[in-house]
Amino acid sequence: MRIFDPHIHMSSRTTDDYEAMAAAGVQALVEPAFWLGQPRTSVDSFVDYFDALVGWERFRASQFGIAHHCTIALNPKEANDPRCTPVLDLLPRYLAKDGVVAVGEVGFDSMTEDEEKAFSHQLELAKEFALPALVHTPHRDKLAGTRRTLDLVDAAGIEPGMVVVDHLNEVTVDVVDEAGAWMGFSIYPDTKMDPDRMVAILQRRGLDRVLVNSAADWGKSDPLRTRATGEAMLAAGFTEDDVDRVLWRNPVEFFGQSGRLLLDVPEAEQGATFAGNSLLRGER
Amino acid sequence: MNESLLAERCAEIAADHTRIRTRFPAAAREIGRTPGTSPEPGAERVEDDVRVRLLVALRDGLAGEADALSAEVHDLYRFGDADERRAVLLGLGELGDAIGDRAVDLLHDALRTNDPRLVAAAMGTYAARLDPAAWRQAVLKCLFVGVPLRLVADLDRRADDELRRMVADYAGERRAAGREVPADALALLSEHAHPHTSRET
Repeated sequence: MRIFDPHIHMSSRTTDDYEAMAAAGVQALVEPAFWLGQPRTSVDSFVDYFDALVGWERFRASQFGIAHHCTIALNPKEANDPRCTPVLDLLPRYLAKDGVVAVGEVGFDSMTEDEEKAFSHQLELAKEFALPALVHTPHRDKLAGTRRTLDLVDAAGIEPGMVVVDHLNEVTVDVVDEAGAWMGFSIYPDTKMDPDRMVAILQRRGLDRVLVNSAADWGKSDPLRTRATGEAMLAAGFTEDDVDRVLWRNPVEFFGQSGRLLLDVPEAEQGATFAGNSLLRGER
Repeated sequence: MNESLLAERCAEIAADHTRIRTRFPAAAREIGRTPGTSPEPGAERVEDDVRVRLLVALRDGLAGEADALSAEVHDLYRFGDADERRAVLLGLGELGDAIGDRAVDLLHDALRTNDPRLVAAAMGTYAARLDPAAWRQAVLKCLFVGVPLRLVADLDRRADDELRRMVADYAGERRAAGREVPADALALLSEHAHPHTSRET
């Protein structure tokens, strides 16, 4: 089983996770820029975070033979903090870089005016840089937030096929499907979606435009939920080719629209260094 | 390398210097790059040459505006990834007359890292602007992190007795620990012990 996790926050995971993911078949991933659990209080924190996403984290993944990509954005939560919003002016510098395969996570958290302003502005940036957009949907008032999201995408004049609306569930999937956008599902140990509910959605509406991710981060989450979903698909009678389509070819098709996928990761070279820093401890 | 696109980008930047902010990071993908990675310091790479040409265009576009040139170059470095930072350092030699001493702090930043490719890029002709103490420390750092001394601009002329003392101490420390002394260090020391007569005439 080859797996492309289209949404996982590796900066908050350990090397044990990378090792387990590689063993489970994960060969590529996308790490969207998001908040950190601990709120940022300045633009400089974003800059250091973005630098890690295009540098150190890519190197760390490469040590396990995993191709690491990222998306760059001001996330909806921090779009409400005037100390953070000036980062919008710096985004073009990062959206021009290699390995940056979408603008994201953008979208709504509490559906405020400030969130909407940042969201619309970043949809314009997605157009300017010919990048897909990765849209987070809110935990609260999810259906209304999803509808408003689709209105803004429409107003921005972006091809729905260049947009993935993420963290969907049984209640929000159909409006996104009808709009022609890609549908992202985060498979969690307890909340959001689980593998069996995911399989039921795939049985009902098919495999088109579906992305399955672990969305693993600093909270209770599991980077191997993608694999578990592949296994649940097989147990439910889907073929190996169906699993490959959902877990590999779909994300390659969606993020491939950026023209910036880096899927030719060289064989992992243990002992290599990034800025003179290796992952080894006491072995050199 | 796409020469015509490079020429187009250079003209664009010379006309509007702010365009370099997105053209510089995208240059390898859009204009040309050497495939794969080159972990060894000093390796020739197409994208480095491309980005240095963009910096030259920036210099020409901001002729007579040293402070503005310095601000733009500092931002390219600040927001750059490791490849972009290396290219900024490599380009400083071309910018020296226009930017003066304003970018010496970028050399200090690069020399604080342990990335041999950044350290090597910092030791080009612009490193003439490092004061003697900083320059000697940088040469010693090259020996530590494995940057070949042939990449250090003006080494023969600038190496002095204080540098040789530092390198001799370093060699002594290596020997005491039963470790090998880099050939570059030995070469620098042997020059001191047996000066070439041709130099003295």
